Amino acid sequence: MTATTGYGRALDLITRVRGVRGAMLVAGDDGLVVAEQLMEGIRGSAVAALAASLANRLRRAMDVAGVGGPMFWHLQGDQGALLVVPAASAMLVVAVTDADVNVGLVRLELLRAAEAVG
Amino acid sequence: MADDIKTLSTQLAQDPHSLVFLRLGELLRRKGQLDAAHRVARTGLERHPHNSDAHDLYARILADKHDYERAFDEWDMALRIAPNHTGALKGLAFLYFKVGDITQAEAHLEEARGVAPDDESIAQAIALVRGAVRAPAPAPAPADAAQPVAPTPAPPLRASTPAPEPMAEPTVPLEEARVFAGLEGAQEGLLLLDLAGRVLGGALKDPHGQDVTEAVAAYLAGVSQEAARTAKLLGLGSWSGLSAEGPTGHVYLTPPRADALLLVVRDRAVPLGRLAILAQRASHMARRWLEQQA
Repeated sequence: MTATTGYGRALDLITRVRGVRGAMLVAGDDGLVVAEQLMEGIRGSAVAALAASLANRLRRAMDVAGVGGPMFWHLQGDQGALLVVPAASAMLVVAVTDADVNVGLVRLELLRAAEAVG
Repeated sequence: MADDIKTLSTQLAQDPHSLVFLRLGELLRRKGQLDAAHRVARTGLERHPHNSDAHDLYARILADKHDYERAFDEWDMALRIAPNHTGALKGLAFLYFKVGDITQAEAHLEEARGVAPDDESIAQAIALVRGAVRAPAPAPAPADAAQPVAPTPAPPLRASTPAPEPMAEPTVPLEEARVFAGLEGAQEGLLLLDLAGRVLGGALKDPHGQDVTEAVAAYLAGVSQEAARTAKLLGLGSWSGLSAEGPTGHVYLTPPRADALLLVVRDRAVPLGRLAILAQRASHMARRWLEQQA
């Protein structure tokens, strides 16, 4: 099994949830896309860079606040959401969803995917 | 120099939590090994997020890599931690000079001179800046002789760069009770700030009781704009909240208005859903208070 296939399977876990528009693996260090399964029209590279930057700021703020780095975060918009779980390898597992998605289910699949990519 | 790098690398490998990374990162930077310097500084910064010298080092490396916006953030952070940090003052002066804001460049250099009156590099930099006022210099000069930043034409910093406004009145932090009066947990774990990371109200303490208000606010500067840009790019509409789970606590960020950010922190016993409700109530109060201040 190639790494790409492994990443693809990890993303499959997420994109099969109803209401998920796409999923990505992003290198947390530099915000580059590692793998993606996105609906047409979503600019993966730009989203990856912004998600990594936000994750970095959030991690620093939460560390200083004494609650530890984020294990899951959720950016809510009135027309959709961005959900992110950092993997052990410093990669970010990212989902872009509709506003009425089952957040709890997507969170579980993101955690599973994060475990799968290591 | 190569031997020094090897020696310091060995020392750092033996004690990853030591401050040797500061010397190693600077040596690598001066040698032009910017990627290696970047890795060393970044790792060191993760281990010592409150160390102003670590932010200063990281900023110098970023400036050498022409990443001026992030360099600005890091020098700004160094100054928030250590307001008299001359390296950060000179670094910011240099960045202001590069974008043509001579007034701010000179003000930062004068502040640095007040801290280190015997530092000749500061006097030289002030002379250069004043010379630029009389006759625009063909190339900007680094504010620090130890900062070989390439004198290339200045790329404009983005409009979102949190450059202080010289004429703006200083924002005075207010007692949290005045903003969040009557709200559950108003005495701690609620923080209202402006987009530049200045505290408007509330306070935060870490689990050891240490006041971390200013540090957290500084790290959150710019989050609102980034969240808005991300939401726009993804077609998510207007962002209404950002919730996050940590190992020992939950946080919720929400913009009461476009020019402010509210942070609510609670331990893990408070579910994220309840935290969101609490944050929305606090946001409503904060919005009302902000309107009263206008």
